[in-house]
Amino acid sequence: MLINLPNARETGMSRRVWITGLGTVTAAGVGIDPLWEAVCAGESKIRRIERFDPSGFASQIAGEVRDFKANKIVPKSYRKSVKLMARDIELAMGAADAAVRDAALISPGSQPDDERTYPATRTGCNIGAGLIAAELNELTYALATARDEDGQFDLGAWGRAGMNELTPLWLLKYLPNMLSCHVTILHDCQGPSNTITCAEASGPLSIGESLRVIQRNAADMCFAGGAESKLNEMGMLRQHYTQRLCTNSNDQPHRAVRPFDAEAAGTAMGEGGGLVILESAETAERRGVTPYAELIGFGAGQTYYPQGNSLEPDPQGRGLATAIRAALREAQIEPAQVDLMAPFGSGVPAYDRAEAAALRSVFGDALDAIPLWSAKPYIGNCFAGSGAIDLSLAARMIREQKIPARINCDQPIDGLNCATAEAGHAAIEHALVCTTAMGGQNAALILRKV
Amino acid sequence: MSMNRSDNERVVITGMGCVTPLGWDLEQVWAKLLAGTSAIRPIEQFDASSFPTTFAAEVRGYDWRPFVRHPERHEHAGANSSFALGAGRQAWAMSGLDDDGALDRDRVGIYLGSGEGSLDFFNYVATNLAGWNAAKREIDTAQWATAASQQMDRWREIEQEPNMPLYHLAAELEVGGPAYNCLTACAASTQAIGEAVEILRRGDADVMVAGGAHTMIHPLGMTGFIRLTALSGRNDDPATASRPFNATRDGFVLGEGSGMVVLESLAHARRRGAAIHGEVLGYGSSADAFRVTDMHPEARGAIAAIRDALEDAGLQPEAIDYISAHGTGTSENDEQETRAVSAVFGGHAAKVPISSIKSMVGHLIAAAGSVELITCILAMRDGKLPPTINLRDDQRDYHCPLDYVPNVARDAEVRYALSNSFGFGGQNDTLIVARPPQ
Repeated sequence: MLINLPNARETGMSRRVWITGLGTVTAAGVGIDPLWEAVCAGESKIRRIERFDPSGFASQIAGEVRDFKANKIVPKSYRKSVKLMARDIELAMGAADAAVRDAALISPGSQPDDERTYPATRTGCNIGAGLIAAELNELTYALATARDEDGQFDLGAWGRAGMNELTPLWLLKYLPNMLSCHVTILHDCQGPSNTITCAEASGPLSIGESLRVIQRNAADMCFAGGAESKLNEMGMLRQHYTQRLCTNSNDQPHRAVRPFDAEAAGTAMGEGGGLVILESAETAERRGVTPYAELIGFGAGQTYYPQGNSLEPDPQGRGLATAIRAALREAQIEPAQVDLMAPFGSGVPAYDRAEAAALRSVFGDALDAIPLWSAKPYIGNCFAGSGAIDLSLAARMIREQKIPARINCDQPIDGLNCATAEAGHAAIEHALVCTTAMGGQNAALILRKV
Repeated sequence: MSMNRSDNERVVITGMGCVTPLGWDLEQVWAKLLAGTSAIRPIEQFDASSFPTTFAAEVRGYDWRPFVRHPERHEHAGANSSFALGAGRQAWAMSGLDDDGALDRDRVGIYLGSGEGSLDFFNYVATNLAGWNAAKREIDTAQWATAASQQMDRWREIEQEPNMPLYHLAAELEVGGPAYNCLTACAASTQAIGEAVEILRRGDADVMVAGGAHTMIHPLGMTGFIRLTALSGRNDDPATASRPFNATRDGFVLGEGSGMVVLESLAHARRRGAAIHGEVLGYGSSADAFRVTDMHPEARGAIAAIRDALEDAGLQPEAIDYISAHGTGTSENDEQETRAVSAVFGGHAAKVPISSIKSMVGHLIAAAGSVELITCILAMRDGKLPPTINLRDDQRDYHCPLDYVPNVARDAEVRYALSNSFGFGGQNDTLIVARPPQ
């Protein structure tokens, strides 16, 4: 029973929502500019991991964010709180700061001495996150104090004394909602705030929810996106368990991730944060800011693949197709009107094929003419951060009317328009950003040039 | 405003299910709550006897298998997923949707507020210690990786991600609509239900299954809360340890489990002739944006969430007949929640009965709000309010002077009930429910 009720947009009750600021922290650096330069130059930032010795893992490469610490960007008054920030939280702080500046906003976090430019109670914050792993040096130091004479861990000793080696606020470093918590405190966002935790779909779902929050007039502006780092021991282990990582290119990291290529052999770890400033068109117009694009469509859908337990994606990519169709319907455009797509494009063969099938089922033959662009060969899979980074790049592409270089795809599968190519001018009116996630959640967003 | 909403935008509850420390049969759990039964006892899942807190409200003897139709899809289900499957299947069965051949399953979504998985603690610890270089005080990652490959379990680790209960429930119900998991600490499942309502109001789905599932009753979960000094340490008397609004309260008690509801538009429910158990009238959400650890001293975030929910419901505070409190039993929460209710309700605050079932089932963390919302529906149905147990006259807190339905259930006509959830990190969510529309 398909009931096509007119949605709020179709009935004209909805507010228009613009993207007015981009904030990314990636292996290319802090802010959208260094990332844009890298992708236009075709320069992959995937390298051998330096943060720890990766030799015990089959995949030893990553898009690592180097030379970044949150204490460089938070005001002095907030620096003590950085001690409470897991890496994921630091990345979110960096992305928020970059987004505020890019949107030409003044926040108590970015310029504490100046008058702020937005009302706290009308500002929301939706930052997607993932499972945050405890920092092992700190934890294991404490665990090691609770061993018996044979060197075995003794839970009794842990309960009596060992646990006291952990700082009292230890747990608060690792709660996924602490990304939003710190951003809402520093930038004073008192409106609706959520932490969506759906692996790689977290960022786009958070952006979609922010769109809805502004549309329904629960806020005028939102910090929206996601951030995550799994570049630690447990994150590496768990990603190896998912069997999605590329293990045959440790000696040539920049060639490792090959989205939609016949030779694709897996993805690479990444870490990063992406936050955009979404703003109602009327408040953005009032402060005279030039938007990157309008967000005109959003859809979500779940892949339920009866072969449970395998974690393989549904080969037909049905959940993703559901999400894209819903986004197109809201945007009120035909598939052929999409000029650019930034799909998940992870370089994991089964995921690439499922995604290609989903795109084919929605776009049919029109798909052959639409350029596909993926950031994964440049910065790896940034998990909860990845979709918002993709959206930021798509927004920049619309502003510049330019598609950055495409690398590592010599033989596109299924006739997809994604072969290796230099950066070049393109007329982009509409762009689709979509993501599929480990666990089956999918999200699609459609941008329009303003 | 509710009076202006069409039947397509009004959202009703057609299914409910739960797995709680008091059991996993909704009516039995409800009867025990009305009887003032505590589920809090010494922990059995691991030896917590040396911990500063040795007790919790555990779900004991529960098996998810009898609830599901597709057990082969969930062989590796972790604790949260297993709770979600039981509660989700109950709610789905009550809704009657499983037998609805006309249902478009791509228009059925899921919005959960489920927690991270429970850690494979002893293997994790052994791996970390095997990789520990004591001289350098750091992990030797290569050595650690070797130990991990021998000690750790692939599926246990994959189940850690908080979207796995969602993955299992979608595979079980075979639904492909909008799917989300949010993890806003103790507010998560209330927020999940609120956002699911918004999805339905907008017409982005026909049906939403919403709720949460969580356990933090494992050694590191307990450790984290103990270090925060958030847990009651009343080891000599677990059954009276959870004392919301009592002057002698000394922290909350961990619970575990899941609550789930099936939500759909009034039009959709009527079209298929479904039994309707209640209506979700209002939802409010805010951030304290104040401190990582403390609530705002004037409870501004909680006040905003409650006010927004009332406005969304189109109700004046005087219309609310019952409040299901967040009521954790920490010194700060109960005082700030009382302050928030007093600020919003003014003179009416003293007249509204308020209770906290956390006094009996403990704090289900991400799942707490979903179970509490279900008790609001049952309170309206039966005209009975569950009590806040462990409230003694000689232990009254002058910071908490309202009517908390002490110790014994009470008969009361409830037309509108309000349920609060406030999370560590300052996320505040409030839902308002009404009796089924006539």
